[in-house]
Formats: sequence, structure tokens, C-alpha cells
Amino acid sequence: MDVSDLRTRLQRIRGDTVPLAAADIALIGAIEKGLPLVSRPYAAVAEQLGISEAQVLERLAALRERGVIKRMGVVVRHRELGYRANGMVVWDVPDDAVAGLGQCFSRYDFVTLCYRRPRQLPEWPYNLFCMIHGKSHDEVHQGIARLVRECGLQRVPHEVLFSRRRFKQRGARYHCPERREPPHAPGEAAHRG
Amino acid sequence: MELTDLERHLLNDFQHDLLLTPRPYAEMGERLGVDEQAVIDALERLRECGVVTRVGAVFRPHSVGASTLAALAVPPERLETVAGIVSAYRHVNHNYEREHDYNLWFVATAPDEGELCDVLEDIERATGLPVLALPLLEDYHIDLGFELRWT
Repeated sequence: MDVSDLRTRLQRIRGDTVPLAAADIALIGAIEKGLPLVSRPYAAVAEQLGISEAQVLERLAALRERGVIKRMGVVVRHRELGYRANGMVVWDVPDDAVAGLGQCFSRYDFVTLCYRRPRQLPEWPYNLFCMIHGKSHDEVHQGIARLVRECGLQRVPHEVLFSRRRFKQRGARYHCPERREPPHAPGEAAHRG
Repeated sequence: MELTDLERHLLNDFQHDLLLTPRPYAEMGERLGVDEQAVIDALERLRECGVVTRVGAVFRPHSVGASTLAALAVPPERLETVAGIVSAYRHVNHNYEREHDYNLWFVATAPDEGELCDVLEDIERATGLPVLALPLLEDYHIDLGFELRWT
């Protein structure tokens, strides 16, 4: 890994975003593990932060408005519900076609995520990623075939990387007081799928 | 697991637009014809059995801290050991085996890019394997959750 290249790249990406106020960062830290399941969850968060319930609601509304919060609601683990085929499809498309194809992919509801990422030549030639969650490998392959046909990708190299085992999955933690998890943290056991 | 009608509705109808009102669970109950406590109890059960990660926010990448998708090509006989090393970092929130030479894929997140780079370098040292780091450049699809099919 070329660390200085990565650091520059990350700084460039972050340079495009508006920095958050300290109060917003504290609020995000307080809710990143989820809202408490109590009658007045925002009041509980407010109490923890020493601000009012109304301030929590206003700040969350503003973060949602700005797109910092993409969505709020029930975050579901698909695998537990039978969506066991999780395919990451990676495409090597001409750089000037990435955005158009990204838009095309995002019209299909079986595409759950779609991103542009950098190639890392020579090891990694792919620059467009999408995730397809299906109930079987066949269903994912059918989805890919539709994308190839309907977004015009017949001559574009691609690979599908199915997940085999999940070692860990949880929401991101932005504040890491200690670097390592305690050994055998509950709920982090490996799942085969 | 067997899900009740209430649980299915909670899973499918409230993946986005959680109400920013003082008693959101009461409002959910009102829409579903049950009381607030029934919603709270059902969400608690779904979370305990792992179907629900949390009720809360999904943040746009890079808006809070720095993060990247990364991969390692791990010799198969070392996979479990290396996966254990990677999962042990609090910075790592997803860690999957995938069918490819690059067979271990994880997402690492940190308060800033300096700490993120430190963690990735640490993982290289601890595993003896080069990290393929693929930070997100553009997001074309907002994760709005998706319609679950029950059959």
C-alpha cells in the first residue's frame, strides 16, 4: 500500500465536504450505536449530551437536510432474512463512463449500493462497484445479466465476488478510544453463508 | 426465524424517514395499530436476535471521519487467523470473506485520514500482507433500504 498516495487521496475527498460542528460530532457519537429503545429516545440522547430534546431534533433534521445522514430508521441485516447471496460486482469501465453507468445502475432496486472507487494497477483494474443482495446466486447473476443488457456493458470486463463468510458486521464507529475490541465481543461471531 | 406481522412491518416500513418527533415509536405504533410498548418490545427482540443492527442513522461516507474499503489476498490456510487480526480493530466495522484471490474485504473508519492510514499500516505489519485500499470516490446510489420480499 502506498500510504502517502492514500493519505493525499483521502484528504482530497474530505476537502470536498463541509466540516461538522463539534456539537454535531458529539451527537453522531451518541447515536452511532443506535437510538435507545425507550419512549423518548431523543430526550435520552439529549440528557447524555447535556442539551435539550428540541436541540437534538433540530440538529438531526439539519444533518438529514444536508445529506450527512442518508437515512434514519430500522437498519436491517439482510442475511438473517434469507438474503444470503451477497454479490459485490466490480466493473472496469472507461473513466468518462463511470458516472453515467452509476446512474443507470441506481435505477434498479436490486442494486443496493453503487460506488466509484480508484483502480489500483496492476493488481486491481476495477473502478465501479455495486452490491446486489439476492436470495440465491442465480438471482444475483440474473441481476447482473440485466445490468449488462440494459446499461450496455456487453464489452466491459467484470467480476462478481460473492461473500462466503461474515467475520464482522456492525455500524461504523467514528470514535475509537481503544484500538482493539475486547476478545470475543458478543454478537461478532463468524457466520457461514 | 418466524416473524410476526408486526415485526415484518417494522422491518419493511421504517427503513427510512424515522420521525423526528419526541415519541417516534408511538407514531410507528399508531400507523400499525399497536401501542408504543409493543413497538419497543418488538424492536428489542429483532435487535437481540440480530435481524436489526440498530434503529438509527446511516451516515454518508466521508462526512464524518475518514473511511475506506480495503482488501487482502490471504493464503487460504491463514484466512481465519488474519480475519481475526483484522476484526480485532475497533476501526473495522465490516469484515467478509469473498470468493476471489482478494478473499478478505473490510471497511475501516477513523476520526481522520492520519489515524486511518496508521491503522492500515498496522494491519500490514500485523498480517505481513499488503493492503489494497479502495476509498470511495463517488456515491451513485443512496442507501435507502430496500423492499423485503417474504416469500
